[in-house]
Amino acid sequence: MAEAGLHVRLRQLTPVPLDVEVHCAAGEVLAIFGPSGSGKTSILRAIAGLATVAAGHVRVDGTTWLDTTSGIDLPPHRRAVGVVFQEYALFPHLDVRQNVMIALWHRPRAERRARADALLDTLRLADRAERPIADLSGGERQRVAVARALARDPQVLLLDEPFAALDRKLRRQLQDEIDDIRASLSIPVVLVTHDFGDVVRLASHLLLLHEGRAVASGPLHALASRADLPWLRDQVGLGSVIDAVVHAVDATRGLATLASAVGTLVAPSGSLVAGMAVRVRIPAREVILASEAPSGLSLHNVMAGTVLGSVDDEATGTVAVQVGLGSGVVLAEVTRDAIARLGIAPGRSIHALVKSVSLEVRRTQGHT
Amino acid sequence: MDWSALQVSLSLGVCTVVLLLPAGIAAGHWLATHRFRGQALVEALVAVPLILPPTVLGYYLLTLFGARSPLGAAFERLVGQALPFSFAGLVVASAIANIPFVVQPIQRGFEAVPPEVREAAACCGLSPWQRFRLVDLPLAWPAVLTAAILTFAHTLGEFGVVLMVGGNLPGRTRTLSIAIYDRMQAFDDRGAATMAAVLLAVAVTTLVLTSLLAPGRARRG
Repeated sequence: MAEAGLHVRLRQLTPVPLDVEVHCAAGEVLAIFGPSGSGKTSILRAIAGLATVAAGHVRVDGTTWLDTTSGIDLPPHRRAVGVVFQEYALFPHLDVRQNVMIALWHRPRAERRARADALLDTLRLADRAERPIADLSGGERQRVAVARALARDPQVLLLDEPFAALDRKLRRQLQDEIDDIRASLSIPVVLVTHDFGDVVRLASHLLLLHEGRAVASGPLHALASRADLPWLRDQVGLGSVIDAVVHAVDATRGLATLASAVGTLVAPSGSLVAGMAVRVRIPAREVILASEAPSGLSLHNVMAGTVLGSVDDEATGTVAVQVGLGSGVVLAEVTRDAIARLGIAPGRSIHALVKSVSLEVRRTQGHT
Repeated sequence: MDWSALQVSLSLGVCTVVLLLPAGIAAGHWLATHRFRGQALVEALVAVPLILPPTVLGYYLLTLFGARSPLGAAFERLVGQALPFSFAGLVVASAIANIPFVVQPIQRGFEAVPPEVREAAACCGLSPWQRFRLVDLPLAWPAVLTAAILTFAHTLGEFGVVLMVGGNLPGRTRTLSIAIYDRMQAFDDRGAATMAAVLLAVAVTTLVLTSLLAPGRARRG
């Protein structure tokens, strides 16, 4: 039974109801997204062995950490797991280097110091090595927590709302750092968050959790392009997520062209550089559908495609339409009236129109 | 000034702390990190010596230590000496009387360690013993020190229990606080005053030490 990656099955009614199956392969980032109280953190705690579960199993690369049917339940210190806690939970009586070295007991004594320094170097904390934790900024603390989690040489990395305590600017910066680290590791990463920005920025896969049950799960691109997830629309709004590469940047016009599965996209150049891997979210509400290619508009993104399907939402009177563009899918949210006027039905040729400023573009290390 | 009484007092203080501290740390840690049925009762029992009149405590201990009780008989068989009116009996009695002074501050100290810090230690691969030694104990150390100092000071001042269990045997069970009483009974005001001043100095030093250590407890990031 040498299944690679992380396999989790959890069932219980109390204290937090859970009924989920989670799978995350090496190199993947599984985001568990849901409102507070949905059981996200309980799943993470069960994987780490910090909480007991009524029934289920946790297996990592064929090793069983938990199996309630055969009575296996390894304590947390015997599970090779790296955890970044929400409030970091650093050791206040130790300096930065000691905080990292304490997670290196499994390594020979002679190696520990060098390994800790290498990790601090990676996380740009080398000059903070001898500082007490109390002297650090929020962002620095988060990086120490990440360094400590990696020091364990984990088979699984668990991130519990790792950006929740940070302001917006720092959040973006540290998302970039976590993404860099994630790309350099080949272990399953599970990210628990209630912020969809974290999901778009970091996840390759997504599990939508509501009251302990999976509303839906799968690769992020596929899930974000589904028209039948009113739960997701209510939480964050619908919107396709597309990986792209910056093709060219026109500094004078302030525009960048991006090559993607849905064709060429034009976005504000911002800090984009040619060759950079980016991830683009196209909010479904910002997409206009047109039967003809329009002229005389300020729009940069006019893409010809085909209607793949649509889902009518009784509650709101809006319709989510999947438009096939190239080899990708863009989701548009329009009114029933628009559906009728344009005669939108599967197979119909259509143009999807998006303002360049409506594209949410973020740098990424790319996902395999 | 009865120097032998000072010596008995100091020995008693040191022995009590040495005997009680390891047990108090274990009990305080257990009470702070576990939830179990009957916990309220155990915590109440720990606090009993605080509210019991020392003479009552002394009476029960004397009965418990007596040759007719299983404990007293067992001790006498093992050591070849009876517990009542001996220094060993004094140490055991003093340890029991001081249980709340050790367990309670230490329990509070361990309770102040955030549970997620303890969990983080487990997720760093530390065994329960390593977690205790490398995380819990250093973080609760100011509380442990406070408990040790309080116990030492309280032992020096203990009167009722010591008199009941130890009697008043010069050089063996006569402590400073009993010697003071002794001197007063003999109308030796000067002797009593000197010894009282010594105890006062010890008490003040203790409180100063305790408050000097207290800021360490607040130094948490």
